[in-house]
Amino acid sequence: MSLLEIKNLTVSFDTAAGPFMAVQGIDLSIEPREVLAIVGESGSGKSVSMLAVMGLLPNTATVKADRMAFDGVDLLKLSPSERRKIVGKDISMIFQEPIASLNPCFTVGFQIEEVLRFHMGMDRAQRRARAIELLKLVGIPEPEERLSSFPHQMSGGQCQRVMIAIAIACNPKLLIADEPTTALDVTIQKQILDLLVSLQAKYGMGLIMITHNMGVVAETADRVIVQYKGRKMEEADVLSLFESPKSNYTRALLSALPENAVGDRLPTVSDMLFEPAPSAGDKAAAGAAS
Amino acid sequence: MSMTVLEGKNIVRDYHIGGGLFSGPRTVHAVKGVSFTVDKGKTLAIVGESGCGKSTLARIITLIDPATAGELFIDGNKVDIARGGLTREMRRKVQIVFQNPYGSLNPRQKIGDVLGEPLLINTDKSAAERRDLAMKMLKKVGLGHEHYNRYPHMFSGGQRQRIAIARALMLNPSLLVLDEPVSALDLSVQAQVLNLLADLQDEFQLTYVFISHDLSVVRYIADDVMVMYFGEAVEYGPRDEVFSDPKHSYTKTLFAATPRADVASIKARLARKKAA
Repeated sequence: MSLLEIKNLTVSFDTAAGPFMAVQGIDLSIEPREVLAIVGESGSGKSVSMLAVMGLLPNTATVKADRMAFDGVDLLKLSPSERRKIVGKDISMIFQEPIASLNPCFTVGFQIEEVLRFHMGMDRAQRRARAIELLKLVGIPEPEERLSSFPHQMSGGQCQRVMIAIAIACNPKLLIADEPTTALDVTIQKQILDLLVSLQAKYGMGLIMITHNMGVVAETADRVIVQYKGRKMEEADVLSLFESPKSNYTRALLSALPENAVGDRLPTVSDMLFEPAPSAGDKAAAGAAS
Repeated sequence: MSMTVLEGKNIVRDYHIGGGLFSGPRTVHAVKGVSFTVDKGKTLAIVGESGCGKSTLARIITLIDPATAGELFIDGNKVDIARGGLTREMRRKVQIVFQNPYGSLNPRQKIGDVLGEPLLINTDKSAAERRDLAMKMLKKVGLGHEHYNRYPHMFSGGQRQRIAIARALMLNPSLLVLDEPVSALDLSVQAQVLNLLADLQDEFQLTYVFISHDLSVVRYIADDVMVMYFGEAVEYGPRDEVFSDPKHSYTKTLFAATPRADVASIKARLARKKAA
């Protein structure tokens, strides 16, 4: 059974100019112990579809799907309070800006223990022991002292490690990493990616990597979904995606990588891309807007 | 014969941090004696992680910050803004493009005024002349006349970076400092901006100092590469030499950390995973 199964997911936002379709009919599934990468540029709807799974979208968003099931449980039918019991425990998420996603007013230890208190019902001593264990696991030196540090006292890479510690605190079955390394230096990026992949293998989690960096995809993923303007362009295992990309868009993305440059100018995506014809759903949305 | 546009000799920059309530004053050595030369029409790339002093060096080269010690020559003339101050002529020679195109444009200024302002401050051109030049520059960076009266929020990230490049070129500089100009952009837009930079370099014989932490971009655009680590230049040489035979251990670490997106390394990784 798939860990997460999404069929025909559509997310639209109400705007002054009518509904804006951010995600248009995405199908997605991930197996336990699998690393799935979702690639696309900004505005491709890659983060929005995962926020829809987490239930973190603002209330201007309308989420529709034929099926959205996590581990056999239909997420669309759950009440918000039932959903909060799953989100943060069995599905957890890491965000792009590590320093912005931690609360500056509380110590790192408090923020890790908060999850444990809410989801696991541990007592104070257990929470502290588990928090130390987690910090050790994500490779932060002197974890006992670090528990009482505030986020501004740590570097970006260390904050991202703390975020990872919070995300894996309750042994989730699925970890969603939304551009986990975009704000970090290459050397730190390498460490964080290695950490994520090793934790994924050690605990047998499913891991969804949202990224726009083809290098990150090549280094981590088993399977890849390429998204563009809210639609799925291609889905393939990582090797065949890089070896023989099927869609024009993927081919364009790969040839826009500076390391693949032939000659003295880079091919750009618009040189080769043909806009996909608008589907019936688009026309309906346009009709509703006018 | 090639002409040297920019030369730095043993540039040092220290920042003195005044003592607070609980700590005494101390000195941060941001740049510790860096030397370099760049010839006309060439690109020097400066690589390093955050905090290594590459942006401090960019500020010194752009004549925003004076160096604590060392000598800086632009077009063969010695420049010292700590003593001599900054003249209009010097400002016209060096311009900079910043990393974040969302932050470096004034949201309340129309694009036409953004482009006209360097001329207003540094030249005596009339309003009509400024407008003419701004229109021409918009065309050169791939935008149109209709963009003249728009505000920055009406543009995408790639277009804003084009505007920032256009503003830097308004004074016809000989040296352009690019401080991570493409790291905030998507891959496809990044390629367009890099192409634009290459086109402009050919057209105006521009000299670039390109600051980046993305080695694949550096490999594509640079002629010479300098790797900085804790304020020191640990490696400096022609691009092919640095990439094929890195000498310093930090450069090697940097290369090893860069994700590889070729089929052979994916195969190797999948094989390792299977074995584990």
